[in-house]
Amino acid sequence: MLVAQKKFNPGYRIRWEKRLVSTPLINFSIPVISIIMTLLAGGAVIAAMGFDPIFIFQGMFTSAFLSFTGLMETTVKAIPLILAGLGVALAFKMLLWNIGAEGQLHMGAFAASGVALALPDAPAYIVLPTMILAGMVAGALWASLPAIPKAYLGVNEIITSLLLNYVAIFWIDYLVFGPWRDPAALGFPITKAFGQAARLPMFGDTRVHTGLLIAIAAAIALYIILYHSKWGCEIRVIGESQGAARYAGMNIRRNIILVMMLSGALAGLAGMVEISAIHARLQAGFSPGFGYTAIIIASLARMHPGWVILVSFLMSGLLVGGFSMQIHGLPVATVQMLQGAILFFLLGGNILTRYRLTIRRKKVA
Amino acid sequence: MSQETFLVMRNITKMFPGIVANDQVEFLAHAGEIHALLGENGAGKSTLMNILTGLYRPDEGEVYIQGQLVNFHSPREAVDAGIGMVHQNFRLVESLTVTGNITLGAKNEGFWWRPRIAAKKVAALSKEYGMDVDPEAKVWQLSVGEQQRVEIMKMLYRGAQILILDEPTAVLTPQEVKELFSSLRKLADSGKTVIFITHKLHEVMAFADRITVLRGGRSIAVIKKEETDIKELAHLMVGKEISHLVNKTAADPGEIILRLEAVSALNDKGLPALHEVSFSIREGEILGFAGVAGNGQRELSEVITGLRSVSSGKIFVNEKDATSANARQIIDAGVGHIPEDRKGMGLVSNMTVIDNTILKSYRSPEVCPGFFLNHRKIRQHAQHLVDTFDIQTCSLDSPVKLMSGGNLQRLLLAREISANPKIIVAVYPVRGLDVAATEEIHQMLVEQRNNGAGILLISEDLDEIFKLADRIAVLYEGRIMSILPIENADLDRIGLMMAGIDGKEVAANGASSAKEV
Repeated sequence: MLVAQKKFNPGYRIRWEKRLVSTPLINFSIPVISIIMTLLAGGAVIAAMGFDPIFIFQGMFTSAFLSFTGLMETTVKAIPLILAGLGVALAFKMLLWNIGAEGQLHMGAFAASGVALALPDAPAYIVLPTMILAGMVAGALWASLPAIPKAYLGVNEIITSLLLNYVAIFWIDYLVFGPWRDPAALGFPITKAFGQAARLPMFGDTRVHTGLLIAIAAAIALYIILYHSKWGCEIRVIGESQGAARYAGMNIRRNIILVMMLSGALAGLAGMVEISAIHARLQAGFSPGFGYTAIIIASLARMHPGWVILVSFLMSGLLVGGFSMQIHGLPVATVQMLQGAILFFLLGGNILTRYRLTIRRKKVA
Repeated sequence: MSQETFLVMRNITKMFPGIVANDQVEFLAHAGEIHALLGENGAGKSTLMNILTGLYRPDEGEVYIQGQLVNFHSPREAVDAGIGMVHQNFRLVESLTVTGNITLGAKNEGFWWRPRIAAKKVAALSKEYGMDVDPEAKVWQLSVGEQQRVEIMKMLYRGAQILILDEPTAVLTPQEVKELFSSLRKLADSGKTVIFITHKLHEVMAFADRITVLRGGRSIAVIKKEETDIKELAHLMVGKEISHLVNKTAADPGEIILRLEAVSALNDKGLPALHEVSFSIREGEILGFAGVAGNGQRELSEVITGLRSVSSGKIFVNEKDATSANARQIIDAGVGHIPEDRKGMGLVSNMTVIDNTILKSYRSPEVCPGFFLNHRKIRQHAQHLVDTFDIQTCSLDSPVKLMSGGNLQRLLLAREISANPKIIVAVYPVRGLDVAATEEIHQMLVEQRNNGAGILLISEDLDEIFKLADRIAVLYEGRIMSILPIENADLDRIGLMMAGIDGKEVAANGASSAKEV
């Protein structure tokens, strides 16, 4: 169908035409083009701030991917992004707009910290699995708060899950400024350090930790669930067409709650992994918005677990590169701007999956 | 009645990605005539009329009105040029009055809304063309036929000289159809051009002056009604002889397989939609439900298939109480369902042929023995269905939205039939299908009946009901007016019952078994 048309040049016609199927080429090129557009638009803003965009981007790329320490740091930051990104992708797959990964991640970190602080002397083989379990359960329960009203009353999960983020973040703030503050921390908002048993082991003397294996295993498990199990079959059908799902006798309510809880569990696991391996204590502001970046990752990856891993590395590189350019005076908010721009161009570019832009020479009558 | 050529569409070509919807179509209409635009689904009728009304722009070709070349950039311009279209789905604001709807957005209204003057104008208009409708009534209070009149008057109010109606009779009872065309005749006699899009041959023969036949995007013929007959038109429309596959033998009903006892249910708005509906279906028979759409058909199919709960009454499947069973339990009890909305409900348009074949069976032990789906078996089964039911698809892995309506319906029926259902609930099973596909789908249903399935067929097409059903029930405002064996049913009687005139009075001279349940 013709949506809009504009006279561009008397000899040409430009118009949008609806397309029946999106081609694989389009599906692949839209994320790529949106990243290129981000570099162009972001470069313009960086130039307007008085920096040389080429130098900045080059520096970001080099420091994130081309040096050993940079690559290790990119990998470290990618781990929670993969886990939270998988969680968001799973929910998005069923058209559940879980914007609450950040909150679920905080609650996961809270519960894992609680276990680590409560069991300071337990051996690793007890405390680590308990922390993982506690993190996942806490994330799942936090996600069930928007899921249950959504399933039974149709309450919009975008708003509830988003608002619960602030609740979770302030809850952590309360704990680390209040009852859980380490008296020896000289007033810093941090808890006591965890025991060595509560820390995920690192690979060699890098900061890359075994959370990477957990993340990759989670991606594989999610892929198998989505494409090779009957539960995945239900998730995909419900995401495509609630009418067909009802018709086929699928329980939509139960799936809304289960999928949202698994989504929250993955985000909670991201929180546990980050807090256990990197910080080894609960502290305020431990997440530079992993849960929000996860939304961009899931969208760029088109909800596919494999792509989530790849895109997580990319977004992590952006974070690491952005931090490293701070020494040149680049404001840290630049990274957030670039992230936002990617999502913006991606959502804008998605129109091309449904419509094609045609430019035709006008026929002379 | 003047016979000047009022409208000329010359050499119209319109391409959509992958198909040529109109291929150098010629279309001429005179002032003062009722002109039928006849063709199967996909013949290009709607595209042609959408070009005329400014919704699409042609890739090639010209449109002349009264000899003037026109070039519409928007529907608004077409309305200003005197072209009005009544769409199949009415575009009315239900909460406004008739007058409000008719005058809404019309250009000849001033800035101020003066309801009394507007109501007077509307009343005058309704009198002039014999279209009886209360200008003060709210649209939601009106019957479908009355709403259609409002749509027509809306166009006349805007000064339409050419009135186009897209399948205007699809939602009407036979009596309402007669009224509609007597109004349209008055319009034509006053010098307006009436064009109606249809694929129903008997309507064309009864009401049109001239007929333009479209087939495969081309204009095939322009004929005067007096110079043709149904057979020739059918031949022109389809392009080949229609082979009648359906070969129905007398019913051999077995045990009662589906029984409803005084079932009442609400519609989506929470208003009563079914009132104490009782009937039963036996193995090996087709019970046809006639009725104008919106009289409880959807709710009836949904209470049986477990998609809607009953407010009172009982449902028995195979003599087991299934009143409060959910959709899944009903499927497991052997009820197949061919829903009204095949793309939004019966199939998942964005998913592949393979995925669609396991829409219901994905949880069965054969398809999914443990946690994992058996992809090899699923593919074999899908291939088997595609081969057996002659489904045209480019690949098993392409999304079903690329398939034609006929192939979609074949796939849907193939999936339902392959589950060996004891009961099939078929809702408008051939809506929008071409003649050949319709025949095939009918044949499939009759085969299932001959194999012992009990079939509940809901249709608004009486020809279809008379062709397939062993007994006919008529639904009106959620009540069963009467259930007649096919031998005792005739078109007029069913038509009256569809309009709410009591079946018992009508049937008094006929069937003693009219109330047989």
